[in-house]
Amino acid sequence: MTEQEILQGLYDRTLVGDAPAVLDLTDQGLAAGLAPETMLFEALIPALEEVGARFERGDFFVPEMLIAGRAMAGAMEVLRPLLAQTGAASLGRFLMGTVKGDVHDIGKNLVNIMLEGAGFEVIDLGVQVAPERFVAAIREHRPDIVGFSAFLTTTMPMFKANINALEKAGLRDQVIVMVGGAPVTQEYADAVGADGYAADASTAVRRAKELLAGRRAVAGTPS
Amino acid sequence: MHTVLRSRTREVVIGPDRPFCVIGERINPTGRAKFAEALRAGDLSQVIVDVRRQVEAGAHVLDVNAGVPLADEAGLLTSMIKLIQGHTDLPLCIDSSVVEALAAGLAVYQGKALVNSVTGEDDRLAEILPLVKRYGAAVVALANDETGIPETAGQRLEITGKIVRVATEEYGIPMEDIVIDPLAMTVGADTDAVNVTLETIRAIRDAYGLNMCLGASNVSFGLPDRHALGAAFLAMAAAAGLTSAIMNALAPECVTAARAADLLLGNDPWGANWISAYRARQG
Repeated sequence: MTEQEILQGLYDRTLVGDAPAVLDLTDQGLAAGLAPETMLFEALIPALEEVGARFERGDFFVPEMLIAGRAMAGAMEVLRPLLAQTGAASLGRFLMGTVKGDVHDIGKNLVNIMLEGAGFEVIDLGVQVAPERFVAAIREHRPDIVGFSAFLTTTMPMFKANINALEKAGLRDQVIVMVGGAPVTQEYADAVGADGYAADASTAVRRAKELLAGRRAVAGTPS
Repeated sequence: MHTVLRSRTREVVIGPDRPFCVIGERINPTGRAKFAEALRAGDLSQVIVDVRRQVEAGAHVLDVNAGVPLADEAGLLTSMIKLIQGHTDLPLCIDSSVVEALAAGLAVYQGKALVNSVTGEDDRLAEILPLVKRYGAAVVALANDETGIPETAGQRLEITGKIVRVATEEYGIPMEDIVIDPLAMTVGADTDAVNVTLETIRAIRDAYGLNMCLGASNVSFGLPDRHALGAAFLAMAAAAGLTSAIMNALAPECVTAARAADLLLGNDPWGANWISAYRARQG
Protein backbone atom coordinates (compact mmCIF):
# COMPACT_ATOMS: atom_id res chain seq x y z
CA MET A 1 0.00 0.00 0.00
CA THR A 2 1.20 3.48 -0.78
CA GLU A 3 1.25 6.14 1.90
CA GLN A 4 -1.70 7.77 0.21
CA GLU A 5 -3.65 4.51 0.28
CA ILE A 6 -2.92 4.06 3.97
CA LEU A 7 -4.10 7.60 4.77
CA GLN A 8 -7.21 7.15 2.67
CA GLY A 9 -7.87 3.80 4.35
CA LEU A 10 -7.46 5.38 7.80
CA TYR A 11 -9.91 8.10 6.88
CA ASP A 12 -12.46 5.70 5.39
CA ARG A 13 -12.29 3.09 8.15
CA THR A 14 -12.44 5.73 10.92
CA LEU A 15 -15.48 7.23 9.29
CA VAL A 16 -17.33 3.91 9.52
CA GLY A 17 -15.95 3.07 12.95
CA ASP A 18 -14.00 -0.04 11.97
CA ALA A 19 -11.65 -0.11 14.96
CA PRO A 20 -9.62 -3.25 14.08
CA ALA A 21 -8.93 -1.94 10.56
CA VAL A 22 -7.96 1.50 11.87
CA LEU A 23 -5.53 -0.06 14.32
CA ASP A 24 -4.09 -2.27 11.62
CA LEU A 25 -3.68 0.64 9.21
CA THR A 26 -2.03 2.70 11.94
CA ASP A 27 0.56 -0.05 12.42
CA GLN A 28 1.03 -0.35 8.66
CA GLY A 29 1.49 3.39 8.41
CA LEU A 30 4.16 3.40 11.08
CA ALA A 31 5.89 0.44 9.42
CA ALA A 32 5.81 2.30 6.11
CA GLY A 33 7.47 5.30 7.76
CA LEU A 34 4.46 7.61 7.91
CA ALA A 35 4.82 10.27 10.59
CA PRO A 36 2.31 9.98 13.46
CA GLU A 37 1.39 13.66 12.92
CA THR A 38 0.58 12.97 9.30
CA MET A 39 -1.77 10.15 10.18
CA LEU A 40 -3.38 12.23 12.91
CA PHE A 41 -3.83 15.47 11.00
CA GLU A 42 -4.39 14.16 7.49
CA ALA A 43 -6.60 11.15 8.18
CA LEU A 44 -7.91 10.68 11.71
CA ILE A 45 -8.88 14.26 12.55
CA PRO A 46 -10.48 14.97 9.15
CA ALA A 47 -12.45 11.71 9.51
CA LEU A 48 -13.72 12.74 12.94
CA GLU A 49 -14.57 16.19 11.62
CA GLU A 50 -16.60 14.59 8.85
CA VAL A 51 -18.35 12.36 11.40
CA GLY A 52 -19.21 15.46 13.42
CA ALA A 53 -20.50 17.29 10.35
CA ARG A 54 -22.69 14.36 9.34
CA PHE A 55 -24.01 14.07 12.89
CA GLU A 56 -24.87 17.75 12.93
CA ARG A 57 -26.71 17.42 9.62
CA GLY A 58 -28.67 14.44 10.97
CA ASP A 59 -27.04 12.03 8.51
CA PHE A 60 -25.16 10.17 11.25
CA PHE A 61 -26.59 8.76 14.47
CA VAL A 62 -25.26 8.35 17.98
CA PRO A 63 -23.89 4.80 17.60
CA GLU A 64 -22.01 5.76 14.44
CA MET A 65 -20.42 8.70 16.23
CA LEU A 66 -19.44 6.53 19.17
CA ILE A 67 -17.85 3.75 17.13
CA ALA A 68 -15.95 6.27 15.00
CA GLY A 69 -14.66 7.82 18.22
CA ARG A 70 -13.70 4.42 19.53
CA ALA A 71 -11.84 3.58 16.31
CA MET A 72 -9.93 6.84 16.58
CA ALA A 73 -9.20 6.24 20.27
CA GLY A 74 -7.66 2.88 19.40
CA ALA A 75 -5.29 4.54 16.95
CA MET A 76 -4.50 7.26 19.47
CA GLU A 77 -3.39 4.66 22.01
CA VAL A 78 -0.62 3.77 19.57
CA LEU A 79 0.12 7.27 18.32
CA ARG A 80 -0.08 9.28 21.55
CA PRO A 81 3.29 8.21 22.99
CA LEU A 82 4.95 8.76 19.61
CA LEU A 83 3.37 12.19 19.22
CA ALA A 84 4.61 13.09 22.70
CA GLN A 85 8.16 12.04 21.71
CA THR A 86 8.16 14.10 18.57
CA GLY A 87 6.91 17.05 20.58
CA ALA A 88 3.70 17.57 18.60
CA ALA A 89 2.11 19.96 21.02
CA SER A 90 -1.39 19.35 22.26
CA LEU A 91 -3.79 22.19 21.58
CA GLY A 92 -4.58 22.38 25.27
CA ARG A 93 -5.68 20.32 28.22
CA PHE A 94 -9.41 19.86 28.76
CA LEU A 95 -10.81 18.49 32.01
CA MET A 96 -14.31 17.12 31.61
CA GLY A 97 -17.02 15.73 33.81
CA THR A 98 -20.78 15.29 34.26
CA VAL A 99 -21.91 17.17 37.36
CA LYS A 100 -22.89 15.64 40.69
CA GLY A 101 -26.30 14.00 40.68
CA ASP A 102 -26.25 13.42 36.94
CA VAL A 103 -25.29 10.15 35.28
CA HIS A 104 -25.76 11.11 31.64
CA ASP A 105 -22.62 10.80 29.59
CA ILE A 106 -23.43 10.27 25.92
CA GLY A 107 -23.19 13.95 25.03
CA LYS A 108 -20.12 14.45 27.16
CA ASN A 109 -18.41 11.47 25.53
CA LEU A 110 -19.20 12.82 22.07
CA VAL A 111 -17.65 16.15 22.99
CA ASN A 112 -14.59 14.32 24.36
CA ILE A 113 -14.20 12.45 21.08
CA MET A 114 -14.43 15.64 19.07
CA LEU A 115 -12.03 17.47 21.37
CA GLU A 116 -9.49 14.71 21.22
CA GLY A 117 -9.96 14.51 17.48
CA ALA A 118 -9.20 18.21 17.26
CA GLY A 119 -5.96 17.79 19.19
CA PHE A 120 -6.93 18.52 22.78
CA GLU A 121 -5.67 16.37 25.60
CA VAL A 122 -8.84 15.29 27.38
CA ILE A 123 -9.03 14.15 30.97
CA ASP A 124 -12.47 12.71 31.69
CA LEU A 125 -13.60 12.46 35.31
CA GLY A 126 -16.75 10.56 34.33
CA VAL A 127 -20.21 11.15 35.78
CA GLN A 128 -21.52 12.36 39.17
CA VAL A 129 -18.43 14.50 39.67
CA ALA A 130 -18.73 16.51 42.88
CA PRO A 131 -17.36 20.08 43.07
CA GLU A 132 -14.51 19.02 45.37
CA ARG A 133 -13.44 16.40 42.82
CA PHE A 134 -13.29 19.05 40.10
CA VAL A 135 -11.22 21.26 42.38
CA ALA A 136 -8.81 18.43 43.22
CA ALA A 137 -8.47 17.43 39.56
CA ILE A 138 -7.79 21.02 38.49
CA ARG A 139 -5.03 21.24 41.10
CA GLU A 140 -3.60 17.94 39.91
CA HIS A 141 -3.87 18.31 36.13
CA ARG A 142 -3.75 22.10 35.60
CA PRO A 143 -6.14 22.07 32.63
CA ASP A 144 -6.63 25.07 30.34
CA ILE A 145 -10.36 24.44 30.22
CA VAL A 146 -12.77 22.63 32.48
CA GLY A 147 -16.09 21.42 31.08
CA PHE A 148 -19.22 20.75 33.14
CA SER A 149 -21.93 18.63 31.56
CA ALA A 150 -25.53 18.33 32.79
CA PHE A 151 -28.46 16.66 31.08
CA LEU A 152 -31.18 17.57 33.55
CA THR A 153 -32.67 20.90 34.45
CA THR A 154 -32.40 19.70 38.03
CA THR A 155 -28.65 19.12 37.91
CA MET A 156 -27.79 22.29 35.98
CA PRO A 157 -27.56 24.29 39.22
CA MET A 158 -24.40 22.29 39.92
CA PHE A 159 -22.65 24.51 37.34
CA LYS A 160 -22.98 27.39 39.77
CA ALA A 161 -21.98 25.20 42.70
CA ASN A 162 -18.86 24.08 40.79
CA ILE A 163 -17.94 27.63 39.85
CA ASN A 164 -18.41 28.73 43.46
CA ALA A 165 -16.13 25.88 44.54
CA LEU A 166 -13.48 27.02 42.04
CA GLU A 167 -13.72 30.57 43.33
CA LYS A 168 -13.44 29.44 46.92
CA ALA A 169 -10.38 27.37 46.02
CA GLY A 170 -8.83 30.38 44.27
CA LEU A 171 -8.78 28.54 40.95
CA ARG A 172 -11.45 30.38 38.99
CA ASP A 173 -9.02 32.65 37.14
CA GLN A 174 -6.72 29.80 36.21
CA VAL A 175 -9.20 27.89 34.05
CA ILE A 176 -11.71 28.61 31.35
CA VAL A 177 -15.11 27.18 32.32
CA MET A 178 -17.32 25.72 29.64
CA VAL A 179 -20.78 24.25 30.24
CA GLY A 180 -23.09 22.18 28.10
CA GLY A 181 -25.84 19.60 27.96
CA ALA A 182 -29.30 19.22 26.45
CA PRO A 183 -31.23 21.76 28.57
CA VAL A 184 -28.40 24.30 28.81
CA THR A 185 -28.66 27.62 26.97
CA GLN A 186 -26.29 30.52 26.39
CA GLU A 187 -28.45 32.55 28.72
CA TYR A 188 -28.09 29.98 31.47
CA ALA A 189 -24.34 29.73 30.89
CA ASP A 190 -24.09 33.51 31.27
CA ALA A 191 -26.27 33.50 34.36
CA VAL A 192 -24.02 31.05 36.20
CA GLY A 193 -20.87 32.87 35.11
CA ALA A 194 -19.41 30.31 32.70
CA ASP A 195 -16.95 31.49 30.06
CA GLY A 196 -18.37 29.44 27.25
CA TYR A 197 -21.26 27.32 26.06
CA ALA A 198 -21.94 25.31 22.94
CA ALA A 199 -25.05 23.54 21.76
CA ASP A 200 -23.31 20.57 20.16
CA ALA A 201 -20.02 18.70 20.04
CA SER A 202 -18.42 20.36 17.03
CA THR A 203 -19.42 23.84 18.18
CA ALA A 204 -17.90 22.97 21.54
CA VAL A 205 -14.57 22.32 19.86
CA ARG A 206 -14.70 25.62 17.94
CA ARG A 207 -15.68 27.49 21.08
CA ALA A 208 -12.89 25.83 23.08
CA LYS A 209 -10.34 26.87 20.48
CA GLU A 210 -11.64 30.45 20.42
CA LEU A 211 -11.67 30.77 24.18
CA LEU A 212 -8.17 29.37 24.43
CA ALA A 213 -6.87 31.68 21.71
CA GLY A 214 -8.53 34.61 23.47
CA ARG A 215 -6.99 33.67 26.80
CA ARG A 216 -3.51 33.20 25.31
CA ALA A 217 -3.72 36.48 23.41
CA VAL A 218 -4.51 38.28 26.66
CA ALA A 219 -1.78 36.41 28.49
CA GLY A 220 0.68 37.29 25.74
CA THR A 221 -0.13 41.00 25.75
CA PRO A 222 2.72 42.98 27.33
CA SER A 223 1.38 45.04 30.18
CA MET B 1 -50.09 -6.31 42.97
CA HIS B 2 -52.18 -3.22 42.20
CA THR B 3 -50.98 0.35 42.39
CA VAL B 4 -53.99 2.65 42.55
CA LEU B 5 -53.71 6.27 41.41
CA ARG B 6 -56.54 8.75 41.70
CA SER B 7 -57.65 12.16 40.65
CA ARG B 8 -60.65 13.66 42.40
CA THR B 9 -63.04 11.57 40.33
CA ARG B 10 -61.10 8.91 38.47
CA GLU B 11 -59.11 5.86 39.50
CA VAL B 12 -56.37 4.20 37.45
CA VAL B 13 -55.03 0.81 38.49
CA ILE B 14 -51.57 -0.34 37.48
CA GLY B 15 -51.00 -4.06 37.65
CA PRO B 16 -49.79 -7.12 35.75
CA ASP B 17 -53.38 -8.16 35.04
CA ARG B 18 -54.38 -4.68 33.87
CA PRO B 19 -53.89 -2.86 30.58
CA PHE B 20 -50.37 -1.45 30.33
CA CYS B 21 -50.47 2.01 31.92
CA VAL B 22 -49.46 4.76 29.48
CA ILE B 23 -48.06 7.77 31.34
CA GLY B 24 -47.80 10.67 28.89
CA GLU B 25 -44.37 12.36 29.06
CA ARG B 26 -45.15 15.48 27.06
CA ILE B 27 -45.69 18.08 29.80
CA ASN B 28 -41.99 18.61 30.37
CA PRO B 29 -39.94 21.65 29.31
CA THR B 30 -36.69 19.67 28.96
CA GLY B 31 -35.57 19.96 25.36
CA ARG B 32 -38.54 22.22 24.49
CA ALA B 33 -37.04 25.68 24.42
CA LYS B 34 -40.19 27.53 23.36
CA PHE B 35 -42.34 25.75 25.93
CA ALA B 36 -39.76 26.48 28.66
CA GLU B 37 -39.71 30.13 27.66
CA ALA B 38 -43.51 30.36 27.75
CA LEU B 39 -43.68 28.68 31.16
CA ARG B 40 -41.08 31.04 32.56
CA ALA B 41 -43.13 33.96 31.28
CA GLY B 42 -46.18 32.52 33.05
CA ASP B 43 -47.91 31.46 29.84
CA LEU B 44 -49.42 28.02 30.54
CA SER B 45 -51.58 27.79 27.42
CA GLN B 46 -49.43 25.07 25.84
CA VAL B 47 -49.97 22.90 28.92
CA ILE B 48 -53.67 22.73 28.15
CA VAL B 49 -52.91 21.76 24.55
CA ASP B 50 -50.54 19.02 25.72
CA VAL B 51 -53.15 17.72 28.17
CA ARG B 52 -55.85 17.52 25.54
CA ARG B 53 -53.65 15.86 22.92
CA GLN B 54 -52.38 13.21 25.32
CA VAL B 55 -55.83 12.46 26.66
CA GLU B 56 -57.09 12.02 23.11
CA ALA B 57 -54.12 9.80 22.30
CA GLY B 58 -55.07 7.40 25.07
CA ALA B 59 -52.81 8.29 28.00
CA HIS B 60 -53.98 6.93 31.39
CA VAL B 61 -51.84 9.20 33.55
CA LEU B 62 -50.01 12.44 32.74
CA ASP B 63 -46.51 13.23 33.90
CA VAL B 64 -46.03 16.87 34.94
CA ASN B 65 -42.56 18.36 35.05
CA ALA B 66 -41.88 22.07 35.66
CA GLY B 67 -38.09 22.00 35.49
CA VAL B 68 -37.52 25.35 33.81
CA PRO B 69 -34.01 26.64 34.47
CA LEU B 70 -33.85 29.81 36.57
CA ALA B 71 -37.55 29.59 37.39
CA ASP B 72 -39.40 28.96 40.64
CA GLU B 73 -40.05 25.27 40.05
CA ALA B 74 -42.29 24.74 43.09
CA GLY B 75 -44.50 27.69 42.18
CA LEU B 76 -44.69 26.73 38.54
CA LEU B 77 -45.42 23.08 39.30
CA THR B 78 -48.32 23.95 41.62
CA SER B 79 -49.80 26.30 39.01
CA MET B 80 -49.51 23.61 36.36
CA ILE B 81 -51.08 20.90 38.54
CA LYS B 82 -54.03 23.12 39.46
CA LEU B 83 -54.56 24.06 35.83
CA ILE B 84 -54.29 20.48 34.57
CA GLN B 85 -56.68 19.13 37.18
CA GLY B 86 -59.20 21.65 35.91
CA HIS B 87 -58.88 20.23 32.40
CA THR B 88 -58.68 16.47 32.86
CA ASP B 89 -59.65 13.86 35.40
CA LEU B 90 -56.61 11.68 34.64
CA PRO B 91 -54.36 11.12 37.66
CA LEU B 92 -50.99 12.85 37.55
CA CYS B 93 -47.40 11.81 37.98
CA ILE B 94 -45.61 14.67 39.77
CA ASP B 95 -42.12 14.82 38.32
CA SER B 96 -39.28 16.69 39.97
CA SER B 97 -35.99 15.98 41.67
CA VAL B 98 -36.40 19.11 43.78
CA VAL B 99 -37.88 18.04 47.09
CA GLU B 100 -39.55 21.41 47.73
CA ALA B 101 -41.27 21.23 44.36
CA LEU B 102 -42.56 17.71 45.05
CA ALA B 103 -43.84 18.85 48.44
CA ALA B 104 -45.60 21.87 46.94
CA GLY B 105 -47.05 19.79 44.13
CA LEU B 106 -48.37 17.11 46.46
CA ALA B 107 -49.92 19.76 48.70
CA VAL B 108 -52.15 21.08 45.91
CA TYR B 109 -52.82 17.80 44.11
CA GLN B 110 -56.33 16.41 44.50
CA GLY B 111 -56.28 12.63 44.70
CA LYS B 112 -53.50 10.07 44.96
CA ALA B 113 -50.52 11.03 42.84
CA LEU B 114 -47.55 9.11 41.57
CA VAL B 115 -44.34 10.81 42.75
CA ASN B 116 -41.51 10.76 40.22
CA SER B 117 -39.07 9.95 41.69
CA VAL B 118 -36.81 8.70 44.45
CA THR B 119 -33.64 6.64 44.07
CA GLY B 120 -31.91 4.13 46.30
CA GLU B 121 -29.63 6.89 47.62
CA ASP B 122 -29.92 7.27 51.41
CA ASP B 123 -30.41 11.04 51.40
CA ARG B 124 -33.03 10.92 48.63
CA LEU B 125 -34.99 8.19 50.42
CA ALA B 126 -34.87 10.22 53.64
CA GLU B 127 -36.09 13.39 51.90
CA ILE B 128 -38.80 12.01 49.65
CA LEU B 129 -40.35 8.99 51.37
CA PRO B 130 -41.78 11.06 54.27
CA LEU B 131 -43.63 13.15 51.67
CA VAL B 132 -44.95 10.04 49.93
CA LYS B 133 -46.14 8.72 53.27
CA ARG B 134 -47.69 12.00 54.40
CA TYR B 135 -49.76 12.40 51.25
CA GLY B 136 -50.51 8.69 50.81
CA ALA B 137 -49.03 8.84 47.32
CA ALA B 138 -47.36 6.15 45.24
CA VAL B 139 -43.74 6.60 44.24
CA VAL B 140 -41.50 5.72 41.33
CA ALA B 141 -38.17 4.50 42.70
CA LEU B 142 -35.16 4.28 40.41
CA ALA B 143 -32.99 1.22 40.88
CA ASN B 144 -29.79 3.22 41.19
CA ASP B 145 -27.87 4.64 44.13
CA GLU B 146 -24.85 6.73 45.12
CA THR B 147 -22.58 4.60 42.97
CA GLY B 148 -24.40 5.51 39.74
CA ILE B 149 -26.37 3.31 37.38
CA PRO B 150 -25.68 -0.37 38.01
CA GLU B 151 -24.72 -2.27 34.89
CA THR B 152 -26.19 -5.59 35.94
CA ALA B 153 -29.69 -6.77 36.72
CA GLY B 154 -28.42 -8.33 39.95
CA GLN B 155 -27.20 -4.97 41.28
CA ARG B 156 -30.47 -3.25 40.29
CA LEU B 157 -32.42 -6.00 42.07
CA GLU B 158 -30.30 -5.46 45.15
CA ILE B 159 -31.08 -1.74 45.21
CA THR B 160 -34.76 -2.56 44.69
CA GLY B 161 -34.56 -4.71 47.79
CA LYS B 162 -33.07 -1.85 49.76
CA ILE B 163 -35.77 0.57 48.58
CA VAL B 164 -38.53 -1.89 49.47
CA ARG B 165 -37.07 -2.47 52.91
CA VAL B 166 -36.61 1.21 53.72
CA ALA B 167 -39.99 2.28 52.32
CA THR B 168 -42.03 -0.44 54.01
CA GLU B 169 -40.16 -0.91 57.29
CA GLU B 170 -38.95 2.60 58.04
CA TYR B 171 -41.77 4.64 56.54
CA GLY B 172 -44.72 2.25 56.51
CA ILE B 173 -45.35 2.75 52.79
CA PRO B 174 -47.34 -0.20 51.39
CA MET B 175 -45.57 -2.43 48.87
CA GLU B 176 -48.17 -1.68 46.23
CA ASP B 177 -47.34 2.01 46.33
CA ILE B 178 -43.73 1.36 45.32
CA VAL B 179 -43.26 1.38 41.56
CA ILE B 180 -39.72 0.45 40.59
CA ASP B 181 -37.96 2.01 37.62
CA PRO B 182 -35.68 -0.76 36.31
CA LEU B 183 -33.82 1.86 34.20
CA ALA B 184 -33.95 1.93 30.43
CA MET B 185 -30.70 3.15 28.95
CA THR B 186 -29.89 4.16 25.40
CA VAL B 187 -29.33 1.16 23.15
CA GLY B 188 -27.48 3.39 20.69
CA ALA B 189 -24.74 3.89 23.26
CA ASP B 190 -24.68 0.37 24.64
CA THR B 191 -25.77 -2.62 22.60
CA ASP B 192 -26.57 -4.66 25.72
CA ALA B 193 -28.58 -1.92 27.46
CA VAL B 194 -32.05 -3.29 26.71
CA ASN B 195 -31.06 -6.86 27.55
CA VAL B 196 -30.05 -5.66 31.00
CA THR B 197 -33.31 -3.74 31.39
CA LEU B 198 -35.42 -6.75 30.38
CA GLU B 199 -33.47 -9.03 32.69
CA THR B 200 -33.98 -6.53 35.52
CA ILE B 201 -37.73 -6.39 34.87
CA ARG B 202 -38.04 -10.17 35.01
CA ALA B 203 -35.93 -10.37 38.16
CA ILE B 204 -37.98 -7.72 40.00
CA ARG B 205 -41.25 -9.28 38.90
CA ASP B 206 -40.17 -12.73 40.08
CA ALA B 207 -38.65 -11.55 43.37
CA TYR B 208 -41.16 -8.90 44.45
CA GLY B 209 -44.08 -8.82 42.02
CA LEU B 210 -43.92 -5.03 42.13
CA ASN B 211 -45.28 -2.73 39.50
CA MET B 212 -42.65 -1.09 37.34
CA CYS B 213 -42.40 2.04 35.28
CA LEU B 214 -39.60 3.42 33.14
CA GLY B 215 -38.82 6.23 30.75
CA ALA B 216 -39.32 4.35 27.50
CA SER B 217 -38.10 7.10 25.17
CA ASN B 218 -34.54 6.81 26.51
CA VAL B 219 -34.08 3.56 24.65
CA SER B 220 -34.26 5.05 21.17
CA PHE B 221 -32.29 8.24 21.83
CA GLY B 222 -29.94 9.22 19.00
CA LEU B 223 -31.39 6.70 16.55
CA PRO B 224 -33.62 7.04 13.49
CA ASP B 225 -37.19 5.65 13.46
CA ARG B 226 -37.50 6.14 17.18
CA HIS B 227 -41.19 5.31 17.40
CA ALA B 228 -40.76 1.90 15.80
CA LEU B 229 -38.00 1.08 18.28
CA GLY B 230 -40.08 2.41 21.14
CA ALA B 231 -43.01 0.26 20.11
CA ALA B 232 -40.92 -2.91 19.86
CA PHE B 233 -39.29 -2.17 23.19
CA LEU B 234 -42.61 -1.57 24.97
CA ALA B 235 -44.00 -4.89 23.78
CA MET B 236 -40.88 -6.74 24.90
CA ALA B 237 -40.83 -4.97 28.24
CA ALA B 238 -44.52 -5.65 28.85
CA ALA B 239 -43.92 -9.34 28.15
CA ALA B 240 -41.07 -9.30 30.68
CA GLY B 241 -43.32 -7.78 33.36
CA LEU B 242 -43.23 -4.02 32.93
CA THR B 243 -46.64 -2.62 33.88
CA SER B 244 -46.34 1.05 32.95
CA ALA B 245 -44.10 3.51 31.16
CA ILE B 246 -43.56 7.23 30.98
CA MET B 247 -43.65 7.44 27.23
CA ASN B 248 -44.53 9.35 24.14
CA ALA B 249 -48.32 9.03 24.13
CA LEU B 250 -48.41 11.15 20.98
CA ALA B 251 -46.64 8.45 18.96
CA PRO B 252 -49.49 6.18 17.80
CA GLU B 253 -47.03 3.29 17.18
CA CYS B 254 -46.05 3.31 20.84
CA VAL B 255 -49.56 3.47 22.26
CA THR B 256 -50.73 0.82 19.78
CA ALA B 257 -47.84 -1.42 20.83
CA ALA B 258 -48.97 -1.14 24.45
CA ARG B 259 -52.55 -2.00 23.51
CA ALA B 260 -51.35 -4.90 21.35
CA ALA B 261 -49.29 -6.18 24.28
CA ASP B 262 -52.44 -6.11 26.44
CA LEU B 263 -54.23 -8.38 24.01
CA LEU B 264 -51.27 -10.67 23.37
CA LEU B 265 -50.53 -11.07 27.08
CA GLY B 266 -54.12 -11.85 28.02
CA ASN B 267 -55.01 -8.49 29.56
CA ASP B 268 -57.60 -7.52 26.97
CA PRO B 269 -60.11 -10.39 27.10
CA TRP B 270 -61.47 -11.31 23.68
CA GLY B 271 -59.72 -8.28 22.24
CA ALA B 272 -62.58 -6.01 23.28
CA ASN B 273 -60.41 -2.90 23.68
CA TRP B 274 -58.36 -3.69 20.60
CA ILE B 275 -61.47 -4.11 18.45
CA SER B 276 -63.24 -1.05 19.81
CA ALA B 277 -60.13 1.09 19.19
CA TYR B 278 -60.16 -0.17 15.60
CA ARG B 279 -63.85 0.71 15.22
CA ALA B 280 -63.27 4.15 16.68
CA ARG B 281 -60.62 4.82 14.02
CA GLN B 282 -63.00 3.67 11.31
CA GLY B 283 -65.37 6.37 12.52
